[in-house]
Amino acid sequence: MRPGHNARAATPLHRPADGPAPRFGEDWARARPTRWRPGLRDSDGAPACLHTELFAPADEASGAALALALAADAATDPADHRPWLWVQDKAALRQSGRPYRPGLPIGLRHRLIHVATANAQDALFALEEALRCRDLAFVIGEVAGNPAALDFTASRRLSLVAQRHGVPLWLVRLAARHDLGSARMRWDVAAAPSPPPRWNGDAPGDPRWRADLFRAHVFQPGQWNLGHDGAGQRLTAFDATSAAPCDANVTPDHGGVVPGAADRPLVAVPGGF
Amino acid sequence: MAVWCPALPIDRWWLCREDSDTRAGEPRDMPVVLAGETAHGPRITAVSPAAWHAGARESMLLADARALAPMLVVHPADPAGDRAFLESLALWAQRWGPWSALDPPDGLIVDVTGVAHLFGGEAALLADVRGCFAARHVSVRAAIAPTAGAAWALSHYGAPDRASLAADSDPMIALRDLPVAGLRLDHAVVVLLERLGLKTIGDLAAIGRPALARRFRDRRAPAANPLVRLDQLCGRAPEPILPVTATPVPLVQRRLTEPVRHRDLLDRVVADLATALARRLEAMGQGARRLELALWKVDGDVLRRPLELAAATRDPAHITRLFAHKLDDCDAGFGIELVRLSAPWAEPMALTQVDLEHAAQAHGTSLSACIDRLVVRLGGGAVAMPVPRASHMPERAQRWVAPDPGLAVQEELAFHTRPLKLLDRAEPIAVIYQAPDGLPRLFRWRGHVHEIARAEGPERIAPEWWREKAGARLRDYYRIEDSTGRRFWIYRRGIAGDGRGGAPEWFLHGLCG
Repeated sequence: MRPGHNARAATPLHRPADGPAPRFGEDWARARPTRWRPGLRDSDGAPACLHTELFAPADEASGAALALALAADAATDPADHRPWLWVQDKAALRQSGRPYRPGLPIGLRHRLIHVATANAQDALFALEEALRCRDLAFVIGEVAGNPAALDFTASRRLSLVAQRHGVPLWLVRLAARHDLGSARMRWDVAAAPSPPPRWNGDAPGDPRWRADLFRAHVFQPGQWNLGHDGAGQRLTAFDATSAAPCDANVTPDHGGVVPGAADRPLVAVPGGF
Repeated sequence: MAVWCPALPIDRWWLCREDSDTRAGEPRDMPVVLAGETAHGPRITAVSPAAWHAGARESMLLADARALAPMLVVHPADPAGDRAFLESLALWAQRWGPWSALDPPDGLIVDVTGVAHLFGGEAALLADVRGCFAARHVSVRAAIAPTAGAAWALSHYGAPDRASLAADSDPMIALRDLPVAGLRLDHAVVVLLERLGLKTIGDLAAIGRPALARRFRDRRAPAANPLVRLDQLCGRAPEPILPVTATPVPLVQRRLTEPVRHRDLLDRVVADLATALARRLEAMGQGARRLELALWKVDGDVLRRPLELAAATRDPAHITRLFAHKLDDCDAGFGIELVRLSAPWAEPMALTQVDLEHAAQAHGTSLSACIDRLVVRLGGGAVAMPVPRASHMPERAQRWVAPDPGLAVQEELAFHTRPLKLLDRAEPIAVIYQAPDGLPRLFRWRGHVHEIARAEGPERIAPEWWREKAGARLRDYYRIEDSTGRRFWIYRRGIAGDGRGGAPEWFLHGLCG
């Protein structure tokens, strides 16, 4: 037997790549969408980004709400019934409260698994373990402030695990500085005034968020006024000034038609009992 | 065969006492009574012979008995312990027959069909039973009959010299002199029959089936229907017994020739034990839900490390990895000489071929493995899942349970719009509003003033009067949005002039999305 033949068979010169081949040059520039829009997918149907950071104030729930909306928007399979995980550290729990099942979106509320940790280090451990789990649809993390444990290395670990196992991560940073991080998309989120509902002009309407994409790997930075459109409950970008959606082919918002489960009248009795 | 221990609680009390004081063989002449707590004070549940002679009776109030006999020795009754003792007796009684069943509170039924010749006949079998129980210092009455009902009647009410009934004799004729209480009837039914003048089983059988069937036509339970009990006594109606079976706990242990003092050696032993336990569980077709690792140290101390798992598993690598976290704080002292791993709770688990660690690298972990890892590091209460609860109070409308995605939940209440997040404790806010019952205009929360642009409400939520105190105040919830678009859920506790405290207070309870 020839020794050279043996050695060549044992160590092939060109190993097949694990993932899709990296794209460079003109192809890459042409395939690259310049501006983000809701519902954007990859060419193979995967969500645009697996590790997203959302910076939000601690006194409002807009960060978590937009993370949930983006997660529902990025879900590829509408019949997905896998559970999802929500990790909160103690400071986030104290400042912004605990998830409340009757207020969660209908399709998500029965699948929530909540993890409350004592500090940010445990929260990072829980996030990493959750991203490794193939039975989870997505993971939402909520960490308050800029803890020392959440440095660039920890952020990079989360990115790598999310990409390896394909589980999307939305990390909400409450009242945090824009520190170093390896998330592919970083948003600044705040609540925006909601459109007046059709039936009661004095009531708050469907939630709207002012989302500022200030750092992105693939997309151009930009600002959007995001919210759900009335009937389809689809994430849509709206003009900041008017209630009309930016896209012409989306039905106009009728201001939160009252859903069927909640159509009982709310009568204010002036005199009490 | 029916076995009746007439003084089971008292006998057990004596046995426990002798175990602790090592005074076996002492004559049992102390006037002991066991008392259980009832709504009207302590009541006697068991009486020793000496106390019986002194005047104490069962189900007598303890105060009355003390008035009759001041020298009574009173100890608390332990019904759960008596039940456990009876279960162990039932297992032990399988030495006389293949099946044994409990007859609560103080009896056993043993199936001895075709067994008596092994002991030399029914009389010798009964003598053996009496001898064995006497060796355990438990008083007993036993009887053998063709049916369980007849044996029960004979053991409880038969004459002491007639403890067995031949297989070919008719129980209805042989037992016609026994009282109707021998039919295992409820007390109320026995009282009713005695008021009707039916004192013995023979009286009852002489009435005839149609009359009995008509009188007790709406009684379904056998204990309330004398006709069913008569049929069971004669063998005309089947009466299957529910046998007790012993389930051994899967257990492996290693006795170490040289005491282990180092962590890596201990890890090696635990890994070996996990492999052995997995093999044993695999043979039984089961997976462990609860594991207990016990370490006996040279100085006699025992360290126990319990562990609960989210799903049945018998993967040695997974078990070893979970215990590795638990062993971090154990102090070996002079060394560990015996390690025992047991699975007190095991569930059926089909044979599968999985390798969790390798699969975790390649395809990610399963949900139960992920939850196990989180629970071991973060503690049991940290991982939870909300399920709805039938309450209209916002903070009681959900409760947190251990995560189980397959959990079936009931229909949830259709609330009006609820916030995305709820604060664990509603935070007080200072509110300025135009009229005492009008909509709020401004509020201050966490040092910031919010100007309310839009508000919806009130949604009036009354307190749950069946749970809370009479002075609990109602809540008026408002869904509001401030001038910058932040949405909150606030409420006013009470209304002005409801006579349940001072001015109403405002709280911020939830954050809307």
